[in-house]
Amino acid sequence: MAVGVLGIGIGFVSAPGTVEEAKAMVAAHDDGHGDSHGEEASHAIASDHGEATDHSAAHDEHLLHQLQNRPWSALYVAAFFFFMIALGVLAFYGIQRASQAGWSPMLFRVMEGITAYLVPGGIIVFVILVLSVLHFNHMFTWMDADVVAHDKLLQNKAGYLNPTFFLIRAAIFLGGWIGYREISRKLSIAQDNADDNSNFKKNFRFSAAFLVFYLISESIMSWDWIMSVDPHWFSTLFGWYVFASMIVSGITVIAMVTIYLKSKGYLPDVNDSHIHDLAKFMFGFSIFWTYLWFGQFMLIWYANIPEEVTYFVTRIEDYNLPFFGMVVMNFVFPLLLLMNSDFKRVNWFVIMTGIVLLAGHYLDIFNMIMPATVGDQWYIGIPELGAILFFAGAFIFWVFRALTHAPLQPTRNPFIEESRHFHY
Amino acid sequence: MAATTVIHAYYDDDDVLMHAVKKVKAEKHHIEEVYCPFPVHGLDKAMGLAPTRIAITSFMYGCLGLIVSIVMMKYIMIDAWPMDIGGKPSFSYIENMPAFVPIMFELTVFFAAHLMVITFYLRSRLWPFKKAENPDVRTTDAHFIMEIEVHNNESELKDLLLDTGAVELNIIKNSH
Repeated sequence: MAVGVLGIGIGFVSAPGTVEEAKAMVAAHDDGHGDSHGEEASHAIASDHGEATDHSAAHDEHLLHQLQNRPWSALYVAAFFFFMIALGVLAFYGIQRASQAGWSPMLFRVMEGITAYLVPGGIIVFVILVLSVLHFNHMFTWMDADVVAHDKLLQNKAGYLNPTFFLIRAAIFLGGWIGYREISRKLSIAQDNADDNSNFKKNFRFSAAFLVFYLISESIMSWDWIMSVDPHWFSTLFGWYVFASMIVSGITVIAMVTIYLKSKGYLPDVNDSHIHDLAKFMFGFSIFWTYLWFGQFMLIWYANIPEEVTYFVTRIEDYNLPFFGMVVMNFVFPLLLLMNSDFKRVNWFVIMTGIVLLAGHYLDIFNMIMPATVGDQWYIGIPELGAILFFAGAFIFWVFRALTHAPLQPTRNPFIEESRHFHY
Repeated sequence: MAATTVIHAYYDDDDVLMHAVKKVKAEKHHIEEVYCPFPVHGLDKAMGLAPTRIAITSFMYGCLGLIVSIVMMKYIMIDAWPMDIGGKPSFSYIENMPAFVPIMFELTVFFAAHLMVITFYLRSRLWPFKKAENPDVRTTDAHFIMEIEVHNNESELKDLLLDTGAVELNIIKNSH
C-alpha cells in the first residue's frame, strides 16, 4: 500500500543500533545509580533499625515498622508507577484498536514498544507483592495474622482479603494483560506482511474482549494493590481514580516517546496533528483526573464518616505539600499550558508539560501508598529517588529495546493511509 | 454598496469544492463567499479566512461565570441566609467552599457555552425570523456555491470554474 513507508521502516530497522546504544548507556548509567542507591537503601534500613532501637526504650515499635517500610514503599511506589504507565498505554492502545480509530495507527508501534515493559514491570510488582505476603515488609497490615486476630473489620473482609486469593488475583490479572499484549503485538506485526485484513479483525476482537477484562481487573487491582494498604478505608470510585492517573501518564509517555523518535527522524509521517491529538488527550484526562480527585474528596468530606475522613485528614495534615502540590501539577499546570490550541502543537511545550505531569502522577501514587505505610515519617530522599531512577532506567531501556524490534511505522494497517494524512 | 456582478459556481461534492477553492485561490481570485449545506472541514483555511476568535470569548465568559458563581454562593449561603447543612454550621466561606465547587464548575460551563452561542449568532447576524441569505435553496440540500466577484474577466473566470468541476454557472448582476 505505501511502499515509501515500508522503505522508511526498513531504514529504521537497520538504524536503531545507535538509539539502542544511547539508551542502553542511559539505562546502564541509571542502573548504576539505582544499584548504589539500593545499597544505600539497605544501609538506611540498618541505620533506621539503630535509630528505632534507641526509641525502643519507649517501645515505639510502630515507628520502627514505619521506618522499615519506607525503602519498601519507595521501591513499590516507583515499581508500580512505571508499571502503571505501561498498563495505561495498553488500555489506550486497546481503545484505539477496538474503536478502529483512523488517526492513531501511525503510533501503534510506539504504544506496543511502551507496553513491552508490562512483562518485566509486572513481574517486579508481583515479586514485591509475594515478598509482602512472605512478611518481608509490613506494607499490607491485613497480611499479618496477629493484626487480623484483633480486628473485627479485617476478619469480616478475610474471605476476600487473604494472602492466597490476593496472589491468585494478581497472577490472573497480570497474565491477562501480558497475554493480550503479546497476542496483539504478534497480530499487529503479522498484519504488515499479510495479504488480507484477517489479523486486523482478530486484533479488533481481542481488543474488545481485553477492554472488558481490563475494566474489571483494573478496578480490582487498584483495591488490592493500593487501597488495601489502608484496609479499613474504602472508596467506590478508587478504580476510576487510579485509571485516570494511569491513562494520563500513559498518554504523556506516548507523546514524549513519539516526539523523541520524531526528532531523531524515525517517524517521518507523524505530523503535528498527531501530537496535537495526544496533547488533547493529556489535557482532557488531566481534567478527568481532577474531577475524580475532587469527587472522591468532596463526598467523603461532606458525609464526614470517621472511618473515611481519616484518609484525608492524614493527607492534609501530614502530606499537605505533596497532596495539594500534585493538584497544582496535575490540574492547574496542564490546564493553563495546554488550553491553547496552538500550544498543543509545540513539541517542547508538550514535553515540558509531560515532565511535570509525570512527576505529579508519581506524587499521586506516593500519596496513595505512603500515608498508610510510613505515616508522617515520609520524605522524598535517597530511597525514593533511587527507586525512581532505577525503574526509569529499566523502563527506558526496555521500551527502546522493544522499539528496535520492528519497523516503527506499520505498513499494512487498513487505516494507515488515513493516519498518514491525518489533519486536524 | 456599488452594484457588482458576481458569478455563482455550483458544485455537488465537497472534495471537488475543496480542490476548486484551492485552485481559484492559487489563481489569485478573491472568493467572496462559499455556501454549504454542511460544514466542510478545512474550508476556512483553504479560503484564507482569519482564524476564529470565539475560543477567546469563550474563555472570558468562563471566567465571568466562575466569578459570578463565587460571589453568588457567598451571598446566598453565607451572607444573606446562613444555613447549616450536613452539620457544618461554620458560616465561613472558605470552610464550606468544597460544597460550592460543583456549582462553580457548572456555572463556568453554563456561561461559557451559552454566551459563546449568543456571541456566534450576533457575530453571524442571525436572529429569529431573519430572511435567509443563501442565494439558492439547493445549498441547503446537496449543492455548494462559490461566489466570486466579476471584474471584466467573465469568460476567463467561467473557463477556470468549469475546469475545476463546477456543475453550473450563474452570473448574477446587481447583487447586494
